[in-house]
Formats: sequence, structure tokens, C-alpha cells
Amino acid sequence: MKAKVKVTLKKGVLDPQGKAIEGALGHLGFAGVEHVRQGKYFEIELAETDRAKAAAAVKAMCEKLIANTVIENYDIELA
Amino acid sequence: MKSAVVVFPGINRERDMMLALESITGQKPLSVWHTETELPKVDLVVVPGGFSYGDYLRCGAIAARSPIMSDIRAKSLKGLKVLGVCNGFQIITEAGLLPGALVRNASLHFVCRQVKLRVENIRTFFTNRMAKGAVVSCPVAHGEGNYICDAETLARLEGEGRVVFRYAEGTNPNGAMHDIAGIVSETGNVIGMMPHPENMIEPLHGRTDCRPLFESLLAA
Repeated sequence: MKAKVKVTLKKGVLDPQGKAIEGALGHLGFAGVEHVRQGKYFEIELAETDRAKAAAAVKAMCEKLIANTVIENYDIELA
Repeated sequence: MKSAVVVFPGINRERDMMLALESITGQKPLSVWHTETELPKVDLVVVPGGFSYGDYLRCGAIAARSPIMSDIRAKSLKGLKVLGVCNGFQIITEAGLLPGALVRNASLHFVCRQVKLRVENIRTFFTNRMAKGAVVSCPVAHGEGNYICDAETLARLEGEGRVVFRYAEGTNPNGAMHDIAGIVSETGNVIGMMPHPENMIEPLHGRTDCRPLFESLLAA
């Protein structure tokens, strides 16, 4: 089973990288870019075949290491 | 005063820290590798600066989950003094020993220069030889030193006098909230700071402003 995890900065946490990308898109002439937020994406291959167990395991991984829940949110998709 | 310095792969300031501890406290610190599961009997453990695990995932994130950190966390709850400097601050914050987080500098640039630090709290084990409000020079070298926390935590830190060091005279190098450069835990035995006091203690460093910080350890 494969887990796809998206980690994004919480609302209100300053994202200077997103801001820089936003500026660069403007310089390249892309009009109408209102806001850019940068995040992280992980693909995790799991030996587990039980969906509920896999979901619980990946949630624990996110809480313990993959995301810093002080500043980040995470979103898990199992495929 | 017995001390230990923890070493992770990618750490590079451990020798400066050990020299500072030895030359000022008169006792050679022990070096502890991150895979150890138990700290030797010491009064202070220092988590030094560098780039543990190449700053992969988030600065300090992987080091914070290494075997030795479990024992550091357990012993810190029993009063062991812990000092985290630069990457060490990031590591102990990731490990949950201090609140908040250190994120990318607002400027997006790595900063390597001297800043001014105002000592805001002189009741800690690392500042008891300082004068309240004293401003000292200290080097910084980091790309992710921008301290952030939620409004409630910030109000608590300020209300309880737990901001130990603040960037002064407009020298905030990273955009940290309230110019926060260093904080202390509620229990008073864990301090984290982004600047490198171990690099401002000898005439060869250009200035010796930060010697009294290490001298404070002798009184603590």
C-alpha cells in the first residue's frame, strides 16, 4: 500500500519561500498570482495491506516525525 | 560542574563548545554520540550547533528523535540542565523541550554576522553573572532562526520572563517574533538560543562579551 502525505504550513505561519516564488512568478509575467504557499510531499510505500492499520501507522509517523504540528498540518491519502 | 556535549552526524560546532566549557569551567566535557541511550552523570548537557542530518526534513527534526534524546528528555524532567545552541536550539525545540519552532529566516538568506543581544533574564543558569539589560555582541550563523509560536505561548513566555535573550539595536537577523534570540523552559533548566556565545569568549574571537555566560555555569 502507498501513502501520499502532504505537509503544509498552518495558516498564519510566515512562508518566505512561498513569498519568493510568488515574486518570481510575477517577474516572469504571470499575472494574477495572488498567493503562493509552499509545502512538502511524501510517498511512503507500506508493507501493510490493511487500510485502517496503514492509516493509523501513517498518522503516527506524521505526528512523530514527518510534520511539526506546531507549525504544520498534514493530509494523508492512501492508494 | 560536569558537562557533556552531544554529537550527531553533521554537527560541526561541538569542538568550539567543548573548548569554551573546558577553558571557562576548568573541566573537560564528555562527548556523547547520538546513538547512546544513556547520558553519563553530568550537571549540564549541551546540544551544539551545526547541520545535523544535513538539515533534512526540518532543521533538527531527525536528531530530535535520536536515541540519546529520550534520555535527555527524561533527565531534563528531573532537573538536568540542558543548553541548545543554534542547531541545538532547533533540536531541543523539535524534541519538545521548549515551545515554538524555528523557521526559515524572513530574508531567506543564511546570516553569518555579529548581532547585539540584550540579556532580559538574569535568573538562569547561563545568565546569572550578567547585568539585567546588558547588551553584548555575539555571532550568529543560521538559515532557520526565525522563532515563532502561537499567541498564547508568546504571551506566556513574555509574561513569565522566559525570553532570556533578545536581538537588540535593530540587529534581528531572521525576523523572530519579539526579537526573540533565546528562551528558557518553564522549569528554568532548559535554555535554547540561536546565537553562538562559544565563539565570543577569547581575545582571538575579537571580543570576550560572552565569557560571563559560561562563568554563570560555575555559580549555577
